[in-house]
Amino acid sequence: MLAPPRIWWKPLDRLERSWLTIAFVWCIFLTAMMPIWFFLGRQNVPATTYRVSPEEYQQRVADFIEQYQVGTEKGVPVVAPPPGDVFLLARQWQWYPILQLKKGQTYRLHVSSIDIQHGFSIQPLNLNFMVLPGYDYVITLTPTQSGEFSLVCNEYCGIAHHLMVSKLIVTD
Amino acid sequence: MAAEAIPWSEEKAVFRTCPVTGLKVDLAAERLIIANAVAAVVFLLIGGIFALLLALTRWQVIHLLPPDWFYRILTAHGIDMLVAWIVFFEIAGLYFGGAVMLNARLVRPSLAWLAFALMIVGSVLINVIVLMGKADVMFTAYVPLKAHPVFYLGYILFAVGALLALGLFFATIVVAKAEKRYEGSLPLVVYGLVTAAIIAAYTLLSGALALVPAFFWSLGLLPNYDPGFYRNLFWSFGHPAQQINLAAMVAIWYALAAITTGATPLNEKLSRFAFILYILFINLGSAHHLLVDPGPGFAWKVTNTSYAMYLAVLGSMIHAFSVPAAMEVALRRQGYRRGLLEWLRKAPWREPGFSALVISIVIFGWIGGVTGVTIGTEQINMLAHNTLRVPGHFHATVVAGTTLAFMGLTYYLIPLIFRRELKLKRWATWQPYIFGLGMALVSIGFIAAGIQGVARRHWDITFAQAPFPATIPGTVHLALAVLGIGALIAVVGGAMFLIIVLVSVFTGKRQEARGLLLVVTPSSPPEPSTSAEEGEEGLRPKGTFVLVLAFLTFFAAYYLSNWWLLGRTWFVR
Repeated sequence: MLAPPRIWWKPLDRLERSWLTIAFVWCIFLTAMMPIWFFLGRQNVPATTYRVSPEEYQQRVADFIEQYQVGTEKGVPVVAPPPGDVFLLARQWQWYPILQLKKGQTYRLHVSSIDIQHGFSIQPLNLNFMVLPGYDYVITLTPTQSGEFSLVCNEYCGIAHHLMVSKLIVTD
Repeated sequence: MAAEAIPWSEEKAVFRTCPVTGLKVDLAAERLIIANAVAAVVFLLIGGIFALLLALTRWQVIHLLPPDWFYRILTAHGIDMLVAWIVFFEIAGLYFGGAVMLNARLVRPSLAWLAFALMIVGSVLINVIVLMGKADVMFTAYVPLKAHPVFYLGYILFAVGALLALGLFFATIVVAKAEKRYEGSLPLVVYGLVTAAIIAAYTLLSGALALVPAFFWSLGLLPNYDPGFYRNLFWSFGHPAQQINLAAMVAIWYALAAITTGATPLNEKLSRFAFILYILFINLGSAHHLLVDPGPGFAWKVTNTSYAMYLAVLGSMIHAFSVPAAMEVALRRQGYRRGLLEWLRKAPWREPGFSALVISIVIFGWIGGVTGVTIGTEQINMLAHNTLRVPGHFHATVVAGTTLAFMGLTYYLIPLIFRRELKLKRWATWQPYIFGLGMALVSIGFIAAGIQGVARRHWDITFAQAPFPATIPGTVHLALAVLGIGALIAVVGGAMFLIIVLVSVFTGKRQEARGLLLVVTPSSPPEPSTSAEEGEEGLRPKGTFVLVLAFLTFFAAYYLSNWWLLGRTWFVR
């Protein structure tokens, strides 16, 4: 607690030196894991982003739905697009439209918001991304399981945040 | 000559001499420490009541609050705890370290009172506007979710007040040196507090950069505020604000180790180097919050989230060794030299400062640190972003770690600064254990639910009223029940702390402190045993070395199992 002795610059004890070395090597390993996974792993954070205005994005989603709509569920269009660009829109308090994807196919899933920030969360798979207005985030996604998944909003978006849920269908 | 050249030295300061430590205490500084500490404890009380209401809502069986009040109280809870309680206490700590520990006077007490007033007005404004329902925007207030302008104004006033207090702290240290109030280097504890204050300065400036435009935007004077840009600026305030706590907490760890076991830092060079790593690298941690944001690329995210090769993590791992090792050596000096861990068994476990310190280190490191580094890994963050794993991490760091360390120190401020006898000593012995157990359960409950994907900041994870069903695993309910029960225990521990402090301050005998220890009486050293190792070899911190290796093993197991989990999910790029 009190002032150190006049000369406190002294060599490290053997145990201190050992721990410092072990800890530093561990830190290097922690750092290295991220680039290693970037090149070798198959789950990486998407980095493709475009600027888009809410109006433009809304138009793109409308065109997309018109082209590939296969049904409607609880007032929300269900869309079964071929592999390639697919669009999902977030707004208070809805995901729009419902996407029907195929297992093993690769999609460029665009997500954007037309009002405030939302959180894109596939459950119970548990994959999570941010959705911001003005940003078109492109998630290149390959489902490896089939079934019905829930699409939850996990960024607080106002009073009915807990009602913002939809589904994501993956067929075999 | 230097002293005369400084105009402030005209100021008069009145000192008393502390009978225990021999320190000269500036009475103006003492009054300010008391004021800031009391304000801190009041916000802890308010935030604690909110915490209870929130936990009883997340515990699905009870589900107490309606949605609007859940989000409202969650906003206020975050700000009262993460900003008001912590920063008020840190300002008290800075005045203590800058003036009292250096035998110095606090420069310009009148400005320090102005800073205090600004911080009080700011935090009261925020609480009022939030509870009026005009700012249901959470602690983060992500643009374009808009709050009433008074909300941003409150934040800004608080930040200006805190910046002013920081300036006074730096000035106090400079003046103390000029007036030769202390000799040689700063004590390590003060050095740690300077670290915290440097981090605080750029943190609060970032906060102003984020929130001043938000204030004008909320008034309609600024048409557009880019949400991605706001997130970057906000987190340059939001995450480093918690690193202030980290630096202040570590400084207090060294202080509590010295108070309760007589420990002195083993190697000042190493401990100071670790603090410098914090200053240089820890602000990069803001990127943790932007890992799954649109915009930044891989290189930016990895460089920042790794704090440039985890050098700030290295700083924490150094302290994680240095603090317990200093205690081990001190206790071995007192004669507890048998085996690896006799010193730990014979340590003053009934002394609240010691148990608070140990529990703070253990929960901070084993739960908070390990989970923080793991979920802050770029790719793993996809499994953790905005799930309950995030509050699980920071309740372990800020609540069990920082808050418990602050509580432990508060007990010693009662005789030394408030100059009152500590009452309810048996309660004080138990309090850190109860609070620590409760917070450990809270964090584990959060993390267990979060690993299963449960979202944070969410009123109803069962989606009972939602148009589409969302099935959640039954084990989530178990995890949330653990959280609820843990919160009840922690609230009992928190209430015990508040009662001990209030009873002592209002009814404790007014007296000068008699000794540093509160509960344990300094015991006579044990008989030197024949099996005890002799000489310098018996004094080396071998027990701590084994404990930190066990910690690293646990760290590696948790970290690698998360990569394994990530490898099983869908392919994404």
